[in-house]
Amino acid sequence: MPEPQTTRGSFWERHGRSWAVTAMSIVLALLVGAIVMIVSDPEVVTQYAYLFTAPQLPLGASWAKVSSAYSALFFGAVGSPYALAMTTAQAAPLICAGLGVGLGFRAGLFNIGAQGQAVIAAILAAWVGFALPMPPVLHLVVAVLAGLVGGAVWGGIVGFLKARTGAHEVIVTIMMNYIATGILAWLLTTDAFLRPGSRDPISPPVEPTAIFPAFYGQFHLGFVVALLAAALTWWLIERSTIGFAIRAVGANPRAAATAGMSVGRITIVTMVLSGLLAGLAGTQFALGPGGQGVPTPLSAGLVGTVGFDAITVALLGRSSPIGIVFAGLLFGGLHSGGLAMQSMAGTPVTMAMLLQALIVLFVAAPGLVSAITPYLRAPKNKSLVGGQA
Amino acid sequence: MKKTLIGSGLALALVLGGCAQPPSASPSAGGSNTPAPGATPSDFLACMVSDNGGFDDKSFNETSHKGLTDAKTQLLIKTKEVQSTTNADYAPNVQNMIDAKCDVIVTVGFKIADVTLAAAKKNPDTKFAIVDAAYTDPKTGKNTAPANLKGLLFNSAEPSYLAGYAAASLSQSGKVGTFGGAKIPSVTSFMSGYAQGVEKYNQDKGKNVQVVGWNTKSKDGTFIPSGNFDDVAGGKNVSTQLVNQGVDVIMPVAGPAGEGALQVAQGSGGKVAAVWVDTDGYVSQPKYKAAIATSVGKAMDVAVFDAIKAAKDDQFTNEPYTGTIANKGVYLAPFHDYDAKVSAETKSELDKLQADIASGAIKVEA
Repeated sequence: MPEPQTTRGSFWERHGRSWAVTAMSIVLALLVGAIVMIVSDPEVVTQYAYLFTAPQLPLGASWAKVSSAYSALFFGAVGSPYALAMTTAQAAPLICAGLGVGLGFRAGLFNIGAQGQAVIAAILAAWVGFALPMPPVLHLVVAVLAGLVGGAVWGGIVGFLKARTGAHEVIVTIMMNYIATGILAWLLTTDAFLRPGSRDPISPPVEPTAIFPAFYGQFHLGFVVALLAAALTWWLIERSTIGFAIRAVGANPRAAATAGMSVGRITIVTMVLSGLLAGLAGTQFALGPGGQGVPTPLSAGLVGTVGFDAITVALLGRSSPIGIVFAGLLFGGLHSGGLAMQSMAGTPVTMAMLLQALIVLFVAAPGLVSAITPYLRAPKNKSLVGGQA
Repeated sequence: MKKTLIGSGLALALVLGGCAQPPSASPSAGGSNTPAPGATPSDFLACMVSDNGGFDDKSFNETSHKGLTDAKTQLLIKTKEVQSTTNADYAPNVQNMIDAKCDVIVTVGFKIADVTLAAAKKNPDTKFAIVDAAYTDPKTGKNTAPANLKGLLFNSAEPSYLAGYAAASLSQSGKVGTFGGAKIPSVTSFMSGYAQGVEKYNQDKGKNVQVVGWNTKSKDGTFIPSGNFDDVAGGKNVSTQLVNQGVDVIMPVAGPAGEGALQVAQGSGGKVAAVWVDTDGYVSQPKYKAAIATSVGKAMDVAVFDAIKAAKDDQFTNEPYTGTIANKGVYLAPFHDYDAKVSAETKSELDKLQADIASGAIKVEA
């Protein structure tokens, strides 16, 4: 997010406050989540009738409920090497797609199409993975490249339409999401994408030669690729000429045009790169090693809602690559911890989603956080999505 | 100011509500549960993993989940359940259930088939059952599942055949319709059976009732354009188109989106009737019960319950289960409010057809 660059102000004012607000948002979300957990469990709520006669009953029940859920969340996210590996696997696609959306924000583009870009990428990567036998290493490289090209083209179409016709990228990307989902549904009725002898809409498994090799548990090469993508994106935005142009267009397209930059060209390039990164997220799903030693075959819902989760990751990471890596890890941890919360504490998976939503809500409403914690009060007139969306 | 108001309100609520005396002895667990006669509480742990539809999908996840809760209350066993939100969740969810030391793990949906097979091979001491999938060699048709994995399938074409026959007898316009949520086998088998039932009616009665929405020769039909099983508006659009073509009995095979057909039937003032699928719609969609002539049911809850019970009683086999008319794993639901509109003649013919399907005299193609 392009913050107003002021030469004055301490480091705290420039960075510390926003990080503190983010941290406070997480704490507040956990608190609200705890209250929701207590109120939504009739067994705990009924205990509150004894609050004054036998306070140990309601408080004990609440504590048992909340502590078991949050310790399961913690255990499932970072509690063991296996859990940590799981968290990195969950975070990898979120980081990639988050980088894509974040890059769009820097140019003032709201790419809601990461979902469709990831779907197209997953289709191509999976197809190369199961239909084109190749030697190891080469197979993985070709499959990943196919996915990247798919995502870049899907995003590039939007950039082209915006640059040449002025079509709003929000509308176009939403439509492109529908088209991508429709293409996947249709492909899964064709013989080329189905298992021999079966009509169930699910593809053959990807060949082992095209799978990201796992180092430990679910910790695999894809996560390393995601970190590399973050480093490259940082370099691109902060150190390259094209990144300067992207930021300039995001800050003020008219001024950028006056300075001799082609706003249309930058729009196309940004959408291509944004789609490429979202496409990398799609390949993470298609080529990830999965648990149980079997890859997840291509079928409806393979990429989940990564494109929309990526928007929240980019917002939480404030569109900076390093922030997005941490936001992706946080959401990846919340997701794998959320799965553990279900199996260990019997808390519904919706609880983990609620926590994610609450964190984003508090981050997106800094005024709310600073009202509760006045010492974090932020300067006024700050928008979360930079530039002209 | 606001904070103090809220605070005092909260305190007041607590003061008013917090003065009850705790019961001296805690009442025994349970409530309206009706355990099976002779059942004793057991530490047997049955677990279930949903696919990305979740347990509230008003479709196969939900019906399968009922099998788990029935097992909990009737067999007095312990249960655990986890939902998946993406396909990438299947493997960790199944692994979490293995780590939780479940005795039997039921996975729901063909999308979890690969993960379930791999997990069953790795954990031979845990029993696995999977709804809507089985493991057969495509060439020989032989069961390839390991000894601790049971596939649960449902022949929905058979009861749909009966529903098609009943629909043809109910139609005043001589046109009955159907549509699907997407062109996948678990949907088209309903539509195919339905069309064959209508053909049977035409043959036996010398009538010419037409089926709109399914072509028996091309094995293709009408589907919701979005291919989305939650798209109620899309289901309503397709139903309206069918009605405009003169159809007066509609069978939607589209999960929750089928509600669009119920809305159209409800709004027609009794001219159009609907046939619900998966569950008895008269019970599961009470808002529309007046418009539901009958339903094609898949007793997934019974199949899941039986698999869990077999695992508990050490009678588990890897023999795939297929719900049929013969073993009552699939069924034509009662006519309920439409009972008076179905002639006694049709009812006795349906009984005869049901017996013929059960005995194998009539073969219904999926």
